[in-house]
Amino acid sequence: MLLEKTISDVKESFPEAILDVTEFAGERSVHIKCDRILDILSFFKEAGFEFLADLTAVDNLTLGGFERFVVVYHLLSHESVERVTVKAYLPEEKPTLRSVESLWKTADWQEREVYDLYGITFESHPNMTRILNPDTFDGHPLRKDYPRRGRIERSDFPQVKRGIRKENETP
Amino acid sequence: MSRVTFEPLETDSMVLNFGPQHPATHGTLRIILELEGETITGSTPEIGYLHSGFEKLGEDLDYNQYITITDRMNYLSPLCNNVAYALTAEKLIGLEVSKRTEHIRVLMCELSRIADHLLNVGMLAVDLGAMTAFLYGFRVREDIYDLFEAATGTRLTTSYTLVGGLIRDLPEGFDKEVLRVLEEVDEVTDDIETLLNKNKIWLDRTKEIGVISKEDVYSYGISGPMARAAGIEWDLRLKEPYSSYEDFDFDLVIALNGDVFDRYLVRMEEIRQSIKICRQALEKMPAGEVNVDPDLGFSLPSKDEVYNSIEGLIYHFEVTMPNRGMTPPVGEAYVPTESPNGELGFYIVSDGTRTPYRVRTRPPSLINYSIFSKLAKGHMLSDVPAILGSINIIAGELDR
Repeated sequence: MLLEKTISDVKESFPEAILDVTEFAGERSVHIKCDRILDILSFFKEAGFEFLADLTAVDNLTLGGFERFVVVYHLLSHESVERVTVKAYLPEEKPTLRSVESLWKTADWQEREVYDLYGITFESHPNMTRILNPDTFDGHPLRKDYPRRGRIERSDFPQVKRGIRKENETP
Repeated sequence: MSRVTFEPLETDSMVLNFGPQHPATHGTLRIILELEGETITGSTPEIGYLHSGFEKLGEDLDYNQYITITDRMNYLSPLCNNVAYALTAEKLIGLEVSKRTEHIRVLMCELSRIADHLLNVGMLAVDLGAMTAFLYGFRVREDIYDLFEAATGTRLTTSYTLVGGLIRDLPEGFDKEVLRVLEEVDEVTDDIETLLNKNKIWLDRTKEIGVISKEDVYSYGISGPMARAAGIEWDLRLKEPYSSYEDFDFDLVIALNGDVFDRYLVRMEEIRQSIKICRQALEKMPAGEVNVDPDLGFSLPSKDEVYNSIEGLIYHFEVTMPNRGMTPPVGEAYVPTESPNGELGFYIVSDGTRTPYRVRTRPPSLINYSIFSKLAKGHMLSDVPAILGSINIIAGELDR
């Protein structure tokens, strides 16, 4: 009830930003353009979807879709016990969208994870750094064009040298 | 005699590394603490020490193979991960499993929940100096692990579920053993509560430490016992029942203060509710198969058939060979389940081939841990193990 009403309200309020509304296996997905993400998610939050259950991304390189990358938000309403998936599409050339950290603090770490694994940057995020991989890591491992083996090996990580430092030696 | 006047000592703020190797982290975590004397003024958790690229690996393994990877995520309750993943894959494919499978899954999940909570409470206690509670809990946990060994063949890397069923049915006499162990768990729960609930030191160390408010729960996406300890009436087993949880009669456990002590209380009461569920599951265990029809090409035939008949062997290869096997439709599914730590969800995107296109785990540990800086601020250094213990971080799931 809440879900259907909110989806039709969102369609009405942001007609130019909604790409599609689909259903698969009983789950409703709202596909949107990335530029209005913050407004649309605030709209959902005010409508009652106050819990951001999960934030992740998918690389559509071989799957196909509106754009190369999609950031997926799983929203949940505790009140009406309904879930909705919001999918924001980002172009390959400039994978950037607004951070939703101002709405949910949980987005902080999850957006960092998406940045780390996909190279998608989030504007106005307080600390846009890698979270799982070391800062010196090169590449974004969950992109489909990143090989499962071979790009970066452990021997390439910077190492702390053991032993007593000699005089005049820089660390 | 002149009067002595005291002036407060000047202290510099200090940076202290907590971990990555520290006995109270129970895994490889690092927290960079900023201290003013012994008071924490700021903290930066650093994670990723156990990052193993499970999600990348999932794109290369087929649906049944990935179940072995889910064991290694939350290694204190691997059966819950197995079930959560199998449910997601089944939803994606549109498979319906038998009632017996669902009841066995519920039984196994609840036994894992008991083991997980017992260990968590025990670890929290041992970090705060209460060794006895830990030993009591660990002993019955061992019995539960024996049950897992009897049913699944291993203690930790259970891999008990298959997409569309279970790897094998329960062994004979399993129900009697479970009832015996549950009896002991019941006693031990009482023992632990007798030891801790009115213990002055325990109360001083846990009350009003790391308080989570209702607003924090929504802002930080907190789920599971941590959210329920803050007074949020939300349990996925009751609100969005999966795997026949609607057939069972149990209560939603909440507490009101949201501190470490309340999280401990919620976990203890949840153990009792889990015992109730386990008993009901055994009582009304339906008869039947534990696998969907192998002819559909989704589940493996029983090992007996594989080894003793040529048809079984052919079916087995049909399912497991790289160019055959199950091919779900193009689509995606997200299934949230109530794991001992909170909402454990798997999000699978399929492109219609035999390996998933994307496997995302919604790790409760990671999301619950993100509130740590806020909880630790203003507390003493010695409260860090208490807060960490009450969050129950499992590094395998945190970093994946």
